Amino acid sequence: MEVSMTVNGREVSGDVEPRTLLVHFLREDQRLTGTHVGCETGYCGACTIHLDGKAVKSCTILAVQVDGANIMTIEGLASNGNLHPVQEGFWERHGLQCGFCTPGMIMAAVSLLEDNANPTEDEIRHGIEGNLCRCTGYHNIVRAVEYAGAKMRGEEPPPPDWEEGS
Amino acid sequence: MTQGVFGTSVKRTEDPALLRGKGLFVDDIKRHDEAAAAFVRSPFAHARITSIDKSAAEAMPGVQAVYTTDDVRSLGPLLAQVAIGKLRPLLADEVVKHVGEAVVMVVADNAAIARDGADAVLVDYDPLTAIIDPEYAATNETLVHDELESNVIHTWEAGEADAVQELADREDTVVTSLKMVNQRLIPTAIEPRGVLAEWQHGYDRVTLHTTTQQPHAVAGALALTFGLPGVNSARVIAPEVGGGFGRGLNVYAEEMLAVFASRELGRPVRWIETRSEASKSTIHGRGWTATATIVSEPDGHFLAYSLVGVADMGAYSQNFSVAIPVLGQFTMPGQYKWEAIYWKMDCVHTHTPTVDAYRGAGRPETTFYVERTVDAAARDLGMDPIELRKKNFFQPEDFPADTLIGMTMDSGDYGSNLDILVEKADIKGLRAMQEAARAEGRYIGVGIATFVEACGLAPSGFADAGVSWAGYGLPSAFNESAVVRINPDASATVVTGTGPTGQGHETVWSQIVSDRLAIPMERIVVIHGDTKDTPMGIGTGGSRSVAVGGVAVAIAADRIKEKAAKVAAHLLEASAEDIVFADNGAHVAGSPDKSVSWTDIAATAYQPHKMPEGMEAGLDMTAFFDPSNLTWPYGSHVAVVEVDPDTGDVDLMSYSAVDDCGNIVNPMIVAGQLHGGIAQGIGQALFEEAVFDEDGNLLTASLLDYLIPTAADLPSFDLAKTTTPTDANPLGVKGIGEAGTIVSTPTIVNAVVDALSPLGINDIQMPLRPKRVWAAMQEARS
Ligand code: FES
Ligand code: FES
Repeated sequence: MEVSMTVNGREVSGDVEPRTLLVHFLREDQRLTGTHVGCETGYCGACTIHLDGKAVKSCTILAVQVDGANIMTIEGLASNGNLHPVQEGFWERHGLQCGFCTPGMIMAAVSLLEDNANPTEDEIRHGIEGNLCRCTGYHNIVRAVEYAGAKMRGEEPPPPDWEEGS
Repeated sequence: MTQGVFGTSVKRTEDPALLRGKGLFVDDIKRHDEAAAAFVRSPFAHARITSIDKSAAEAMPGVQAVYTTDDVRSLGPLLAQVAIGKLRPLLADEVVKHVGEAVVMVVADNAAIARDGADAVLVDYDPLTAIIDPEYAATNETLVHDELESNVIHTWEAGEADAVQELADREDTVVTSLKMVNQRLIPTAIEPRGVLAEWQHGYDRVTLHTTTQQPHAVAGALALTFGLPGVNSARVIAPEVGGGFGRGLNVYAEEMLAVFASRELGRPVRWIETRSEASKSTIHGRGWTATATIVSEPDGHFLAYSLVGVADMGAYSQNFSVAIPVLGQFTMPGQYKWEAIYWKMDCVHTHTPTVDAYRGAGRPETTFYVERTVDAAARDLGMDPIELRKKNFFQPEDFPADTLIGMTMDSGDYGSNLDILVEKADIKGLRAMQEAARAEGRYIGVGIATFVEACGLAPSGFADAGVSWAGYGLPSAFNESAVVRINPDASATVVTGTGPTGQGHETVWSQIVSDRLAIPMERIVVIHGDTKDTPMGIGTGGSRSVAVGGVAVAIAADRIKEKAAKVAAHLLEASAEDIVFADNGAHVAGSPDKSVSWTDIAATAYQPHKMPEGMEAGLDMTAFFDPSNLTWPYGSHVAVVEVDPDTGDVDLMSYSAVDDCGNIVNPMIVAGQLHGGIAQGIGQALFEEAVFDEDGNLLTASLLDYLIPTAADLPSFDLAKTTTPTDANPLGVKGIGEAGTIVSTPTIVNAVVDALSPLGINDIQMPLRPKRVWAAMQEARS
């Protein structure tokens, strides 16, 4: 079946089997491999993208269901080579280790901050609850989102909380 | 950035690609004309295969081949590094021995067709009795493998049972004994395992991309399995790997089978694990049932400790197999001085997936037993658990400290470390708060656990002790290699034998080189996880990478420095001893203007006619490092929990820790390792368990049933540190990858039991899910 959609600002189309998941359309047909597959069953969040501005798990949607939609993946987040404040926050606050959950986690966090510009720690934790990370214990992911939130509000981000010195 | 970067929180050089979705994981690397594999797996824990009908699958358009054991039997079983017990046939041979065992491999033009093909294969089974309980297995009433004489494939034993018993029998001693299960876990890296195998016909070489932590071991196994001329014909690459935790410290059947299919079909073959496969065909961890016993004098002076039990190995031995418990043996006595000790662990086969290294591997288990039992002893003795620990710790003057288990611990000041925690977490205040809450009928618990870890594996002599480590045909050793190369344009390339899965080796190894050679970080590239580039590497695991691999990098850098100083001295007409490196170059000590840049040094080094007389061109050094001892990081952790008396729900209110991992190269990365490790140990304490029914069906094969912690389950962690360098390596570093996981599990359980101690509860079996906690409270109340 023919599908067309906007992906990261570009019109794309493809001929897919009806059963093709959106995540596979993005990864295989569009070669946008930044969107990861951790479970294919909607539990891990590694495949999180933005569908018409909202974070969704792209393994739970068929490509044909989003015909005409506006999709953004991790590859479309930085603008003109500049990292999005959430990407910057993850870098500055060590919000990633293996980096496998990271694209999905970042897309979820961007959406969270769009809905709530000044979330509490609790709101951040519940906001990213659907995205699993096995490496970071989430501590620095929360710090990264706090950093990004401050940046996006035009405030000075809180300093890192690790103790310096060898 | 140059010198001074050692010990600073440099942002990771790995991150820019990963943050943009540009990191290349196995499934992101595509080949023209690649095929995909899928497996038919056993739905039974123990059954005879009566027939396999491949015809429908073979007839499907796009299916290229359907393989059974008959096709691969000649390759032999899956090799194990420590080959004790039953080895796994690459595909099930007549009888399946665990749920999820691979029976048939289907290879097709793409993954969807391969999966359809696998669904179309008809396998008939005749179910047999499954042995799931390791304690029952140890009785040998029924054999797991008819061809083995016993289900007990190895027994570790040390110390003196009689001496412990004598002290326990003394009338004036207090005996505290707990039988506990350290339950089976599923590693659950977020990236599923995956392979991309490319057999190069004509050359008869193979390239394998795989989600491994030990590429060299995989290359060794490939060379033996396929009769290659040597490991030089098997190039194994671990690209970006989405999590390790021990699941990648293995060699898997799918790696061999994908290579086989690629050889047969003349096409690259990819296999990516599904989440359900990840729960049954990737290794599990832990799985111990044991009794820990402490014998003390009434004043709290510890006399003896014993730990006796069984370790479940699953149906087949892979990679480390029976060697996992011996890693636990190293830390079995904890941080305490004993007069007698006894340890015995039977390693048994059951009809379940293989158990092997999972973050901490043996050390979380033994630490759990000793730390839980110390808390129970404190209750028996009517003593404060902190005071009891401090009374029995090895003291600073005891180091290097010999333990009764035959280890020498390098350095430590356990008491001060615990004192800092007491102060920082305000444990007095917490106790007062707990008291007040109890008066209101609330159940608040304050749990403490302390630990010492044996890591930085290991002096290579360890490889000659006990069991053979030569199952992959490689020399048994635990050293690491590194290459540091200054390129002709003065950029630097570092090649390491370690296999990182998110630990930041690129950044940390660059820091080590930049610090020693004054070359800016941005001029350094670190290459890892590719057997083509390094002579050897044991891999990343056992918190060993910086303490062994990082040190090899430092030594190679020092060798570069020695030669480069001679080149600089020649250019500056000075003496090599007077040359110091700074600001991307070198100068004469005390005369910063008498300087030469790295660009000039490198240019000279690559032009033989400009080199000092008699000196060979090039700046390329290799180093091997073998540590003189294990390293012994330690620390003290405290958790505060509240248990809801109506639901049994455990709320983790706060978590604080003071850790000592010796010198630190990058504090930010160390903190990250602790956070992740603590979270994983909390997962074991509160949520995670691989559950089988009595027929051996795995009831926790999805992320819906096997719960790992989410962000909402955890608090932020409050960390502090002490620094006691080791003398086992010249950097004084100890390792931090597993510390959090080792100690957070008993910390949490101690907290929950502390909360419920007014009810007389002394122990609850992990994971402390609400239902179980509630049931324990009900039972205690009635
Ligand atoms: S891959 Fe979509 S939620 Fe896991
Ligand atoms: S960084 Fe590895 S899973 Fe999140």
